[in-house]
Amino acid sequence: MIDLIGYGAFFLTTALIFSLVTLGLNLQWGLTGLFNVGLAGFVAIGAYTSALLTTPDDAARLGGFGLPILVGWLGAMIVGGIAAALTGMATLRLRSDYLAITTFGVAVVVQLVALNAQKLTGGPFGIGFIPRPFGSLAEKPLLFNLSNLAVVAAVTLVAYLALEHLSRSPWGRVLKALREDERAAISLGKSARFYRVQAFAVGGAIMALAGALQAHFTGFIAPDNYLPILTFQVWVMLIVGGSGSNLGAVIGSILVWGIWAGSGTLTSVLFAPEQQARAASLQIVAIGVMLCIILLIRPNGLFGDRLRRPRSGKPAKVPAGESGSGS
Amino acid sequence: MSLQFVIDGLLTGSMIGLGAIGVTLTYSILRFSNFAHGDFMAWGTYATLAVVSAIGATFGKVAPIAPLSFGWPLLVALVVGMAFTALLALLLDRVLFSRLRSQGQAIIVVMASFGASMALRSLLEFTFTSRPTYFSRAIQIAMPVGFGIRITPDQIALLLLTAVLVLGVHLLMTRTQTGRAMQALSQNAALARIVGIDVASVVRVTWIIGGALACVAGVMIGILVQIRPFMGFDMLLPMFAAAILGGIGSIPGAVLGGLIIGLAEAGAVQLIGAEWRAAVSFIILMAVLFVRPIGLFGVRER
Repeated sequence: MIDLIGYGAFFLTTALIFSLVTLGLNLQWGLTGLFNVGLAGFVAIGAYTSALLTTPDDAARLGGFGLPILVGWLGAMIVGGIAAALTGMATLRLRSDYLAITTFGVAVVVQLVALNAQKLTGGPFGIGFIPRPFGSLAEKPLLFNLSNLAVVAAVTLVAYLALEHLSRSPWGRVLKALREDERAAISLGKSARFYRVQAFAVGGAIMALAGALQAHFTGFIAPDNYLPILTFQVWVMLIVGGSGSNLGAVIGSILVWGIWAGSGTLTSVLFAPEQQARAASLQIVAIGVMLCIILLIRPNGLFGDRLRRPRSGKPAKVPAGESGSGS
Repeated sequence: MSLQFVIDGLLTGSMIGLGAIGVTLTYSILRFSNFAHGDFMAWGTYATLAVVSAIGATFGKVAPIAPLSFGWPLLVALVVGMAFTALLALLLDRVLFSRLRSQGQAIIVVMASFGASMALRSLLEFTFTSRPTYFSRAIQIAMPVGFGIRITPDQIALLLLTAVLVLGVHLLMTRTQTGRAMQALSQNAALARIVGIDVASVVRVTWIIGGALACVAGVMIGILVQIRPFMGFDMLLPMFAAAILGGIGSIPGAVLGGLIIGLAEAGAVQLIGAEWRAAVSFIILMAVLFVRPIGLFGVRER
């Protein structure tokens, strides 16, 4: 029974950290219509920044500054925000696909730096000994898990309330206006690019914070944690929950993480150890197909906004083959 | 610095360029960046490998053509693989992309291609495992050609094949009715429709060309490097960078962009080290976006 509660707390903590990433993505995509396929990169930036700031001094690499965990979180948000703002500034004056390609590139480069810049990131072996909140409780796993859950839940709640407030504020209304009808919003004197860069930066900061939370929760990070599969998982969470809705982002994350963890347990029971890797790839196939099916039959997810119009910087062009295969 | 990087760069550049043709065509005609294009490459390569093994099982061991490492089975298999990849692209368009396109949400199509890419790649990993394989394990002796450059017969053959294919596609685009229809559609879709261009057939041709060339690029990687489920996904960033560097919609641009990126990568490998190779395309991409976002041969959107 105690074990079950402990596992439940562990599961929920991970799911809520995912929720935080999804909330960041919802601000970028759901509210503003900015397409980020490199979010794993921003999560990684947050995790590594916070780890560098808070770990004890390490002769093998730069720093280990031994600062308090809260400073690490703050640092993660600042660096993540700046990285996102730079990405946005480079691409948001161009076609929306260029942002997608650039964010994809950001994730690739962050992955490269994490793997190869040993002096900074510890290379493939990652960074260990990241201080954990309530680390003194580690002897009592149940209490430790529950207190960590409380911390993560509190941070997620604060982010949720702040985002709910933001999306109803004049700022959020401008973002929605830009998403729905860019030309009308611009004619009211709103600078489309400036608002979008802001939204993208805040979203990036939230993702980085989530990365930091995760790093301090597990106490160890490595480049493998931030592969494209992470980006993919978070997208599925947002689409299932319904983009545009913060509540949907949180519930979608918990739901999809439940399915993911559940099917993972199932494959580990059903398949022999040497077949595990193959079974895991089948799991990804299933989730990928699920994403495509949801996009086809219920693009608004569980709690989604009403149908959006596509964001286009230039006057909308009708995509070729619009009439589909039947024409 | 040895001049060998020129050959390495041209070869990598050919692979990137052949892939980038598909990316640039999909982007300019169907107006979305297809994240599944790299996985067309990988699927084409595995299909070719499967046909090679099937031929090997039926006809026994076939001697390779004199100086090359492969014989006629690979050539036959390549043609079958190209057809297979084109069919795969058409199928994916039929069940997924065309339906989403008809809802008029361009960026949703990009996301769907991202999901499809993940599913396709993992399916390969499931079927063939992530262990790398090879078309041939034979070692070729590289011939010195002066200036400290060495080249293998395979490499010469593949460079020639690339040149022939690029020339072929270029002629198709500029000299045939289909090619002109494709250009018209990419320049002004509404007007193209008004003059009675058959949009559905242009879309089909786009997927066929893109898929077939992706397969050739993948097989080149398979012959010169190795075959892995991730081989195409790793080419995605260089291909996008090449397409944007060359100017979206331009076939010579995509090939030239691919060659530039290939040479830059090979140069970086010599100067900085192989582990930073993948960053080269990102740096070039950012430079293009800041300095000249329409690329070398691009036209401003009208």
